[in-house]
Amino acid sequence: MTSPDIAIIGGGNAALCAAITAAEAGARVLILETAPKPYRGGNSRHTRNFRCMHHGPLGPLVDSYTEEEYLADLIKVTGGKTDEGLARLAIRTSEECLPWMEEHGVRFQPSLSGTLSLARTNAFFLGGGKSLVNAYYLTAEKLGVQVEYEAAVTHLELDDDRVTRVDYTRHGQTHTITPKAVVVASGGFQADTDWLARAWGPAAKNFLIRGTPYNRGVVLADLLDQGVEQVGDPTQCHAVAIDGRAPKFDGGIVTRLDCVPFSIVVNKDAQRFYDEGEDVWPKRYAIWGRLVAAQPEQVGYVIIDAKSLELFMPSVFPPIQADTLEDLAEKMGLPADALVQTVSAFNDACGDTSGFHPTELDGVTTTGLTPPKTNWARPITEPPFYGYSLRTGVTFTYLGLKVDETAQCAIGNRPVTNLWAAGETMAGSILGQGYLAGFGMTIGTVFGRIAGKEAAAHANAN
Amino acid sequence: MQMQTDLLQEARRQAEICNACRYCEGYCSVFPALHAERAFSDGDLTQLANLCHNCRGCYYACQYTAPHEFDLNLPQALANVRQDSWEELAFPRAAGKAFQKNGVLIAVASVIGFALLFWAARVLASVGGEGFYAVLSHNAMVAIFLPAFLFPLVSIAVSLRRYWRHIDAGPFRPAHLIAALRQAASMKNLKGGHGDGCNFEDEDRFTHARRAVHQAVMYGFLLCFAATSVATVMHYMLDMPAPYRLFSVPKLLGISGGLLLVVGCFEMIRLKLRSDRTLGAAGAFGGEVAFIGLLGFTGFSGLALYAFGQTAATPTLLAVHLGAVLAFFLLAPFTKMAHGFYRLTALTADAGRSRK
Repeated sequence: MTSPDIAIIGGGNAALCAAITAAEAGARVLILETAPKPYRGGNSRHTRNFRCMHHGPLGPLVDSYTEEEYLADLIKVTGGKTDEGLARLAIRTSEECLPWMEEHGVRFQPSLSGTLSLARTNAFFLGGGKSLVNAYYLTAEKLGVQVEYEAAVTHLELDDDRVTRVDYTRHGQTHTITPKAVVVASGGFQADTDWLARAWGPAAKNFLIRGTPYNRGVVLADLLDQGVEQVGDPTQCHAVAIDGRAPKFDGGIVTRLDCVPFSIVVNKDAQRFYDEGEDVWPKRYAIWGRLVAAQPEQVGYVIIDAKSLELFMPSVFPPIQADTLEDLAEKMGLPADALVQTVSAFNDACGDTSGFHPTELDGVTTTGLTPPKTNWARPITEPPFYGYSLRTGVTFTYLGLKVDETAQCAIGNRPVTNLWAAGETMAGSILGQGYLAGFGMTIGTVFGRIAGKEAAAHANAN
Repeated sequence: MQMQTDLLQEARRQAEICNACRYCEGYCSVFPALHAERAFSDGDLTQLANLCHNCRGCYYACQYTAPHEFDLNLPQALANVRQDSWEELAFPRAAGKAFQKNGVLIAVASVIGFALLFWAARVLASVGGEGFYAVLSHNAMVAIFLPAFLFPLVSIAVSLRRYWRHIDAGPFRPAHLIAALRQAASMKNLKGGHGDGCNFEDEDRFTHARRAVHQAVMYGFLLCFAATSVATVMHYMLDMPAPYRLFSVPKLLGISGGLLLVVGCFEMIRLKLRSDRTLGAAGAFGGEVAFIGLLGFTGFSGLALYAFGQTAATPTLLAVHLGAVLAFFLLAPFTKMAHGFYRLTALTADAGRSRK
């Protein structure tokens, strides 16, 4: 094909926002999506909402959510590891994004059952992230954006401060194009488990990848090798504890387990290793990814009894069930004597449970136990007993391309004149650690639109 | 009742995955009902299957469709259970088994209907009857069509009673039926939750095509039915026997209904031919198309009878039209026609569930 004005590398939310914005500005746009069509959309396929600042009710959102409150939430989860200028830009722009999203085909729905705590801050996509991706592809198509699936970009040739060439392979054939501008929106590198193991250590081979298997960081590595500025801790990734039976890739939302606060969690030697009742689960599930990663073979086992079974959202895999702890241990491959001992030590440390309240910090705690369980500590006595295995599930990596407020990449202290980045591949600029639900889609939408606008302005002027 | 366990088990597997995800909650009536359960009995699944209008929004939005190993295709899984429930609940059951998925048999039954009416017209023609009654006497028509009308009503009533017990619905309340009728009147479950319509003939693009066409068929049928009802009242209670003038209530209702029915059925078949059949019940396509064809033909032959009613073609047209009507009525409980009754019952039960 003849070279387009703008090549967009990646096919998820950020890429599509960039493509639509650039096409509306009159540029000829080509999306190079490495996944086949059924898997298009990267990690956006698995998302469900968009965190949005708003003054007063907006779309599906109730009340208001101010810039300062939003920023405070971000600083809390990142421990201050953020670029405040870029963070404020993302937060402030999010408000105008929501109507823009609706105009371009995205539809919202009221907060899902089981997620009422997010009704004020997060706008849920009707049908989830894949329906958003579908809507954007339809809109992009209507604007004349070309899409090539299974197009794996292998190299961006950098000549001084310009990208002069994009190489990609498709169906075994090599192609080269020379667009006027390039937007990189191809995510992190978490699906490349070799890279993950180099960064994290060999334990990473046992991690599960919650999202797309196509975020292998090929373009990211290529650009970093050529000296493009990087941001984010290269050794870190965002990881949560998920059902150990989840598929290696693409398990998405259904593999989450919300039962830890009502359980005890043991390692493969049937020993507890952390306070399961430290805080409500939405505030703790991220640290459990690391806790499990630090255990032998990177696996944990959740044990509950009959009285806790219906206190949490059902998950995709039914729990392992047994009438005695010995049988449960056998079914889960745990040492039976050790498990019985751990459970009885825990049970003995439980006290008055009359104040038990499943959705609040109830202070129902153990005494004299190490580690303690500081809330929801009820003895595990009522058969049948249930167990789930836990593994570390990686959401995304923090290492990325450093961008400025125009989403432009840099080399040394100079901008690369025709290269922009958006989405997870530059999210490390704002998320230094931790994660805020729905903020990935905010970064992708805000910076995707900026990148599309800037790239189109550049292409139209050259 | 012996529904197919493999179909139920597959629907259960998929429903459990959906229940852990919940992204589709806003599309239709199925998901709020699904998310209210933690485990799914056969009755629960049958109810979910009959709530599902096959709008396909959840399929195209799903992150777990093939080639993903979870291999979700909820519209298909529920369509299979739904189809199976109609066959199993039919009274008599053998008739449901015979016709639901069998387009050829539906066509054969229609031809038998024509033949029966031709024979009746020849044998039972009345001397001195007026209009259509010259072809077939009034008493003969009543003798054929009264049972043909009552039988499906009885059959469907028995089936719905079985359905209500099978899904373990609570006590029946008229208010719930009214809520259900309101949803059916606007075909809310084909609007997609956002009001953009459903996915059918053009993959993941939302359109109102299927909803519009369905409404044409439904209201067309109801208008035709109203025409017959009004004529019955005029004949027996007001002493105003047929034939009626153009500007009479039965004629106006019948002609407008017939036109809607013919156009609606024609378009519905066109949409079905463009849709992805793997999102519907396995093997049901032929039976569905044959039923829509019969329904459309019933409307078409009625219009033809009106247009050429004063010519030499009348006896032929009348036999063909009445034969189609006869086949349609007798097959109603055992063809796609049954879906309307089950849907309405499912919506009624769901109104009861959500108001608990």
